[in-house]
Amino acid sequence: MKFGTQIKQSLDGWRLIGTPFIFGLLLLLTPILLLVLLSFWTQEYLDLNRTFTFANYKEIFSHPVFITLIKRSVNISLFVTASTVLLAFPVAYYISFYGGKRKALLLFLITIPFWTSYLLRIFLWKIILGYNGVINSGLISLNFIQEPLTFILYNSNAVVLALAHAWAPFAIFPIYVSLEKIDRSLLEAGRDLGDTAVRSFFRITLPLAMPGIIAASLIVFIPTIGDYVTPKLVGGTEGMMVANMIQVQFSKANNAPLAAALAIVSLSIVVLISLVFLFFNRKYLRRQI
Amino acid sequence: MASSSTAKIIDRNIPMVKLENIRKSFDDLEVVKGLDLEIGSGEFFSLLGPSGCGKTTLLRMIAGFETPNSGIVSIAGEEMTNFDANERPTNMVFQSYAIFPHLNVGENVAYGLKKQRLPKDEMKSRVLDMLKLVDLDGLYDRPSYALSGGQKQRVALARALIMQPKVLLLDEPLSALDKKLREQMQHELRRLQRTLGITFILVTHDQEEALIMSDRIAVMFDGKIAQLGHPQEIYERPVTKKVASFIGVMNFISGEYLGKKDDKLHVRTSSLGEVFLKSAQTASDVQPGNVTLGLRPEMMTVLFSTNENSEYEFKAKITNVSYYGDMTYYSVEMPGPDDDISISMRNTVGRHVYSVGDVVRIGWGTESIVVL
Repeated sequence: MKFGTQIKQSLDGWRLIGTPFIFGLLLLLTPILLLVLLSFWTQEYLDLNRTFTFANYKEIFSHPVFITLIKRSVNISLFVTASTVLLAFPVAYYISFYGGKRKALLLFLITIPFWTSYLLRIFLWKIILGYNGVINSGLISLNFIQEPLTFILYNSNAVVLALAHAWAPFAIFPIYVSLEKIDRSLLEAGRDLGDTAVRSFFRITLPLAMPGIIAASLIVFIPTIGDYVTPKLVGGTEGMMVANMIQVQFSKANNAPLAAALAIVSLSIVVLISLVFLFFNRKYLRRQI
Repeated sequence: MASSSTAKIIDRNIPMVKLENIRKSFDDLEVVKGLDLEIGSGEFFSLLGPSGCGKTTLLRMIAGFETPNSGIVSIAGEEMTNFDANERPTNMVFQSYAIFPHLNVGENVAYGLKKQRLPKDEMKSRVLDMLKLVDLDGLYDRPSYALSGGQKQRVALARALIMQPKVLLLDEPLSALDKKLREQMQHELRRLQRTLGITFILVTHDQEEALIMSDRIAVMFDGKIAQLGHPQEIYERPVTKKVASFIGVMNFISGEYLGKKDDKLHVRTSSLGEVFLKSAQTASDVQPGNVTLGLRPEMMTVLFSTNENSEYEFKAKITNVSYYGDMTYYSVEMPGPDDDISISMRNTVGRHVYSVGDVVRIGWGTESIVVL
């Protein structure tokens, strides 16, 4: 290939991605950079003190409340991720291996929860888990309990439940795709070489499905750690997460710089955990075939 | 060409694979229709047939990937009809090779050995030996995505052979390779089979491949075996018109069988006149009436000079010429109402290549005719 055509081709490439690239730059990178900048300033009543300082970060790491919230957010989203992926895998596996002619229908059914807005779905969880909710009134009418259970709503369990339910399709799809890509003759080859069904699952299916599992994990983990609506509505005080604190600092507490610093710390933790996760799974993400 | 006169002793008294009245249907479609077959120990056996004839299904039933609806599959004297693939002393080379993409060459070959919990050194040395056997020395650490088609083929072969199977099953293993590589692999597979003495069962739709490699061939059509025999038998004495036209090129001439005369088969044809054939020249039990005579293109000659003579000859006009380099195929008009026949001639030094429209003398002999 001539050098000239190479330049022309790369120019064509830039022209193609130019608009979305500028769009992304303005709407994603700029706000984050502004947030970083804001986190190094301080709030003085109604004004911003624009002198560079680490004061906000010092405050975050010296106040137990912030640390607790960050830890809890990480724990909740790790738990949500693990349970979502663990529950999504059998569903994806079933559709891929036993779906037969009904594959398209089954995949379509999985999207049904999206027909209702997320907010409504959380309200539905309140109706199900609430003091006079479906579970409590059901159990009382069956005489299993005398008084409504209070530990099922307004705590971190409720947050995990609602989030895991909401994110399940996002975990099912990438795992399903990676299972679909597995050449079935590989599994026959495994059996031919002496594997039982269980052994070939762990030696062939699971390693080859890992790219999908990794994608599913990140897709669930990254957004849930910063989730704000779910803990607000079903988390109570005990289920409060870091995003709720960021919101409080931005609005009621009127301390935008501290909120910005909290956001940056959370963001860094997400990036760090994701990178560590990717590092430990790097062998599954190498080029295959 | 491999013939039955190889030095290796094939003991057909001990069938390695025995199939009795095998039937298999998928949904309502019966693909194997009551088939009996015995494959000897140490034999290179080919299942040859067009796609959809049931040959792959048959192989998969020997491997244990499919269970017959009825019938018995025995391997090495043991009934294994309902055994799973992982319990059978068979290993398979898949058409797609089925190389594990997440494992490198060494790990692929060692896959089946893992369960035996061998010491690391022994495992590695056995894998290295096997890689050497299939000509893949030095590729132990090669990732599988970096393999060519031919190398994948060899890895698949090594991975199966390291299990020391009693029967190696090959499902169209060479169909994805280019011509040169395919020919090379045909000879190598044959060499490997002779060295190891393992029973090989090859599924192929390529008649030439089956002829070159096999000790015996089963020609399959429509879920049944149409003919079973040595390559030479199958080629020279096909039992039906269908087998004859599937294996190589065969010219057909219609005739009328008038019965035996002086222990010879008396056939009257309009193209070649009255012919008298030995009774061995038919594999089927012919009855008086209309018959078809088969003539291979190489069994007739174009007589190039007036000095050349043949047992019988006739004059014919050339209607088509296909020049292949080493060979030239001529289509010539027959004297009678039969279709044009094809004659192949080797292009030797100084030999003229005729053109369409030329009238030539065609020589033939009664020995080369088969009655179908």
